[in-house]
Amino acid sequence: MQPIISVSNLSKTYATGFRALKNINLDINRGEIFALLGPNGAGKTTLIGIICGIVNPSEGKVTADGHDIIRDYRQARSRIGLVPQELTTDAFETVWATVSFSRGLFGKKADPAYVEKILRDLSLWDKKDSKLITLSGGMKRRVMIAKALSHEPQILFLDEPTAGVDVELRRDMWEVVRSLRDTGVTIILTTHYIEEAEEMADRVGVISHGEIILVEDKAELMRKLGRKQLRLQLLNPLDAVPASLGTYGMELADGGRELVYTYDTAGERTGITSLLQDLNESGIRFKDLQTHQSSLEEIFVSLVRKQP
Amino acid sequence: MNYRAMRSIYLFEMARTWRTLLQSIVSPVISTSLYFVVFGAAIGSRIEEIDGVSYGAFIVPGLIMLSLLTQSISNASFGIYFPKFTGTIYEILSAPVSFLEITASYVGAAASKSIILGLIILATAALFVPLHIAHPFWMLLFLVLTAVTFSLFGFIIGIWADGFEKLQLVPLLIVTPLTFLGGSFYSINMLPPFWQKVTLFNPVVYLVSGFRWSFFGIADVSVGISLGMTLVFLAVCLCIVAWIFKTGYRLKT
Ligand SMILES: Nc1ncnc2c1ncn2[C@@H]1O[C@H](COP(=O)(O)OP(=O)(O)O)[C@@H](O)[C@H]1O
Ligand SMILES: [Mg+2]
Repeated sequence: MQPIISVSNLSKTYATGFRALKNINLDINRGEIFALLGPNGAGKTTLIGIICGIVNPSEGKVTADGHDIIRDYRQARSRIGLVPQELTTDAFETVWATVSFSRGLFGKKADPAYVEKILRDLSLWDKKDSKLITLSGGMKRRVMIAKALSHEPQILFLDEPTAGVDVELRRDMWEVVRSLRDTGVTIILTTHYIEEAEEMADRVGVISHGEIILVEDKAELMRKLGRKQLRLQLLNPLDAVPASLGTYGMELADGGRELVYTYDTAGERTGITSLLQDLNESGIRFKDLQTHQSSLEEIFVSLVRKQP
Repeated sequence: MNYRAMRSIYLFEMARTWRTLLQSIVSPVISTSLYFVVFGAAIGSRIEEIDGVSYGAFIVPGLIMLSLLTQSISNASFGIYFPKFTGTIYEILSAPVSFLEITASYVGAAASKSIILGLIILATAALFVPLHIAHPFWMLLFLVLTAVTFSLFGFIIGIWADGFEKLQLVPLLIVTPLTFLGGSFYSINMLPPFWQKVTLFNPVVYLVSGFRWSFFGIADVSVGISLGMTLVFLAVCLCIVAWIFKTGYRLKT
């Protein structure tokens, strides 16, 4: 299947001479939730800005649903909805007016029933006649989502949708995103919250210093890079790992009261069975044990740390 | 053409006018009325007729032009500067609209406002002085052409400005002096010969002169030249806008 968004050899150099994007190649699949993960300043907003027509690319090419974003900008843009990172709204407009305005701006025929549906889905219906200036930050964020959805886009960009948003709204937002995906909308969200990517995404891309350093199916990523640890709480503390257990590469922790074994979940054999056997033979007894799988966060931190 | 988008932007801008009715319409009307009271009635009664037209009536076209210019510029510059300032411009830039459509909508709205305003001032003036319009068609043509041209000029200023000071700088330092020295309140024939020549470099002279001709059939410079100069200025503004949009100057990074 043809990707819904295809970015090839895209670079961006700002007027200051700063290279914010370096030769980006990225395909987004139709109907997926894609999380673009990266620390502040990595180039996430710049990448989204180029795809949506706000930032001029320096080199390279982007297509949206097969349409070049520059040559066929009308076709490309009418398929895209954008919720920018910054909360920017026209203070004196009402919720209803601003969402209807967005629909018209994207060339769609007025459809009050559809606007009503969006407002209801985003729990904005009882605020429809409120001026935006009277709304809380969370509510404004919802209004911006409503504006982005007003023209029934196939592709939705959410630039740090939950930055500075309370937990309840975040859950709500995830709900909305999932139900949108269920209706076939492709969603690209940027975040520096790993939790968000972990919770939501089908695929994860990691961007750092303007380069995509990894794109992977989320489950695959966790499996591939996810290392598991087995921690054993010993009955009798040890001074050193016994030589007979040298092959396992274990470490002592907690002042010799804990043995830590790190293994790869991707491997055919984890070596746990033989380890437990060998422990028994060496007469090392333990009172408890836990296993721990590294989160996307740990993976992410280790990936980004490898960068210059 | 994305007519729906143009309509949306146009109506959005007009809604802003109605919301700020006092600022947009009422205050220029009041200040113009004050001009009439001061220059038309109080001082004007002591000034002799100019080319057979009473001074009170003589200044009407100039006063309308004065408001038309300043309002067109401020409406249009503010209209595009504000979304740039607040950041809501992102939506316009990401929408499937061409730059031509964006310009036409903003400039159209700003020009509509100042045309409405010009007509209101004209009606206000009629309360103070007896008015007879010799060439109504030409009067409207000059009104519309000036409103459009200077709204376009204001639009350029709004894009160029990166702070509120700059937004006010051009109207304050250039447009207001040019308007006052452009024959709004006098006939340039009243100036010494040297200054008559200098004045011909002031584009506002042509606007006021042409506009006044449409009222009274008298003009400082010929109507053809007035019209030609207005069109030249319009063309210059169009070229600048075309360049802005081609490069994304001050709009896109
Ligand atoms: N208009 C601009 N001019 C110069 N540099 C910019 C501009 N916008 C962003 N940058 C720089 O580009 C880099 C990437 O920014 P951005 O795309 O906003 O990152 P992110 O969204 O991942 O935090 C940052 O170092 C930022 O300082
Ligand atoms: Mg960002």
